[in-house]
Amino acid sequence: MSTKTEVSLIVEKNWCKGCGICVAFCPKNVLEIKNGKVNIRDLEACIQCGQCELRCPDFAIYLGGK
Amino acid sequence: MVDKNIKLMQGNEACVEAAIVAGMKFYAGYPITPSTEIAELSAEKLPRVGGRFIQMEDEIASISAVIGASIAGVKSMTATSGPGFSLKQEGIGYAVITETPCVIVNVQRGGPSTGMPTAPGQGDIMQARWGTHGDHSIIALYPWSVKEIYHTTIKAFNLSEKYRTPVLLLLDEVIGHMRESIELPKEDEIEIYNRKKPTCPPEEYKPYKVKEGDIVPEMAGFGEGYRFHVTGLTHDETGFPSNNGNIAENLIKRLVSKIEDNKDDIVEIDEYLLDDAEIAIVAFGSTARSAKSAVDILREEGIKVGLFRPITIWPFADKQLIELSKKVSRLVVVEMNLGQYYLAVDRVASKHTKVEKFGRVSGELITPQEIVDYIKEV
Amino acid sequence: MPSQLVKEYFRTENLPHIWCPGCGNGIVTRAIVKAIDNLGLNKDEVCVVSGIGCSSRASGYLDFNTIHTTHGRALAFATGIKLAKPNLKVIVITGDGDASAIGGNHLIHAARRNIDITTIVFNNNTYGMTGGQYSPTTPTGDKGTTAPFGNIDMNFDLCELAKAAGATYVSRSTIFTANMLIKQVENGIKNNGFSFIEALTICPTYYGRKNRKGEAVDMMVYLKENAINIAAYDKLPKEQREGKFVIGEIYKSKRPEYTEEYQKIIDSFSEGV
Repeated sequence: MSTKTEVSLIVEKNWCKGCGICVAFCPKNVLEIKNGKVNIRDLEACIQCGQCELRCPDFAIYLGGK
Repeated sequence: MVDKNIKLMQGNEACVEAAIVAGMKFYAGYPITPSTEIAELSAEKLPRVGGRFIQMEDEIASISAVIGASIAGVKSMTATSGPGFSLKQEGIGYAVITETPCVIVNVQRGGPSTGMPTAPGQGDIMQARWGTHGDHSIIALYPWSVKEIYHTTIKAFNLSEKYRTPVLLLLDEVIGHMRESIELPKEDEIEIYNRKKPTCPPEEYKPYKVKEGDIVPEMAGFGEGYRFHVTGLTHDETGFPSNNGNIAENLIKRLVSKIEDNKDDIVEIDEYLLDDAEIAIVAFGSTARSAKSAVDILREEGIKVGLFRPITIWPFADKQLIELSKKVSRLVVVEMNLGQYYLAVDRVASKHTKVEKFGRVSGELITPQEIVDYIKEV
Repeated sequence: MPSQLVKEYFRTENLPHIWCPGCGNGIVTRAIVKAIDNLGLNKDEVCVVSGIGCSSRASGYLDFNTIHTTHGRALAFATGIKLAKPNLKVIVITGDGDASAIGGNHLIHAARRNIDITTIVFNNNTYGMTGGQYSPTTPTGDKGTTAPFGNIDMNFDLCELAKAAGATYVSRSTIFTANMLIKQVENGIKNNGFSFIEALTICPTYYGRKNRKGEAVDMMVYLKENAINIAAYDKLPKEQREGKFVIGEIYKSKRPEYTEEYQKIIDSFSEGV
């Protein structure tokens, strides 16, 4: 079982182009666009589904691990 | 002699035999007169030596497949004629900028366009030089006999490997289809040059870095453990694209100078009775055969004529032609076109002598008598 | 710090890539890499061949044997590479214009030969690199800079084209259904023959703007809402199919593979030696 402390969501801000795709399709509303880049708004809510990583065109957001 | 290997061979056939001796293991082509025998014989012979032949869907696909195979590490060739040579220019430019060794045979016929498919022509001299867009240099060779086709095909492969560049082998319908007996050289009489491969660890490999003392970068093949990138965009030593003007200029200048600065190694010419000549005929390919006969006829009449025959058409034999122009009163360029090689000769030689052109585009070989008549009349 | 996947398979020194914000090409590229990772292929034996256009820039970012060729010719180069070195896993990355306009002839003949090459077409319905001209997959009526009054051409169904030409694995997915795309690339690579995968992607900058399709997210929503899996599509009454498109594995078959057939010819000469 994953616990909240294991949640690892990493953003590579330099690569983010702020398209908002990850924000729009995050099922738990974890993300937002802030100053033109993705920002983790509510890490607690993240369920590690990986939808953001799957659809990020810029490889700028990913779950920890492979 | 028992140990002599003498064969009656067609020019196009000699080209294929020699290509296989030179190490050709891949051929991609598209049928076109008068080069088709080269494809047919490659299809027949390559699988017997573990090589591969493919008939592609068009001329552009053929040159593209040839370049792909060469980058995968295999010596590759294609053959075509006029209209197909036009289509291949895209790929030739790609091979130039990516420094991919390959041999492109052009059995010239009458043009432009579909022109005269079964008749000889020499109308692709300038297309060979400048057919693909952008600044570049090119190697183009033009033999005149079946025997010389054999040796020049091997030379074409060797130069393409040594200078990492496409080499154009110009033939024409007459010498491509002509049959002559030739004595095939023994294996140990043939010198084969293979591209220099990298020996450094893969992480240190820069696919477009020229090592001190080398002419061209070392060339790894795909699948050999060096994961490199190839692009037709201007690129730096790493092989990745660059828009930096200095990098672009250095690359293009290097591509040109690796050929132009090594003319002494690349350029091959043949001279016939030029020592005391007052008039020099300049001719190549099948036309040079007529020109040689014309020299003999004129000599019998006491006219001091000789033949200057460039086997290397490009890079241009300017040094030799300037020297010649200082010794003769007339330089007569005879070619089956309306004056293409003539343009290049005139540019370097007209300062010292009278440069003339004599050509025809009727699809008929220029006869010795026509050359004799021209020389005597003018 | 990029992800493990990106570190392993991308030339990270060349990132970030040149694609516009919201361009779907990165999603397709990652899907291809993920499929290669899932299959556990040896990087030294993977060769990625691309043509010219936005999508074809992908090859430069990937840490394999990579070649960015001329416009339309990726499959012709790939055919030479595959035939010369049949042990290589050859993957072609191309766009809709590259694959089906200037490269259309090479596409149908590679499919006809059933040569073991996996082709992924990044279909964004436009020529993006040159600024949004209409392509063979721009829907009839849609606009491009060269179709200012609407496109009067019929658009290609690329999968039907590949199938008719002889491809032995044909599938379509979208960048929204990226997991499906990953699976399709895996299956395409596993297929011993010519595999054709159409990845429906988005060009918000040109096609989207010209046709008032909204932002990247709106275009993703469109893909999500109008893509129907093949099984469901077959059951759908005709009137409900309007504006929808099929995704999924469209066609699979088995035919002799080209390089293996050629090898038999070579072997026939070495036998008995």
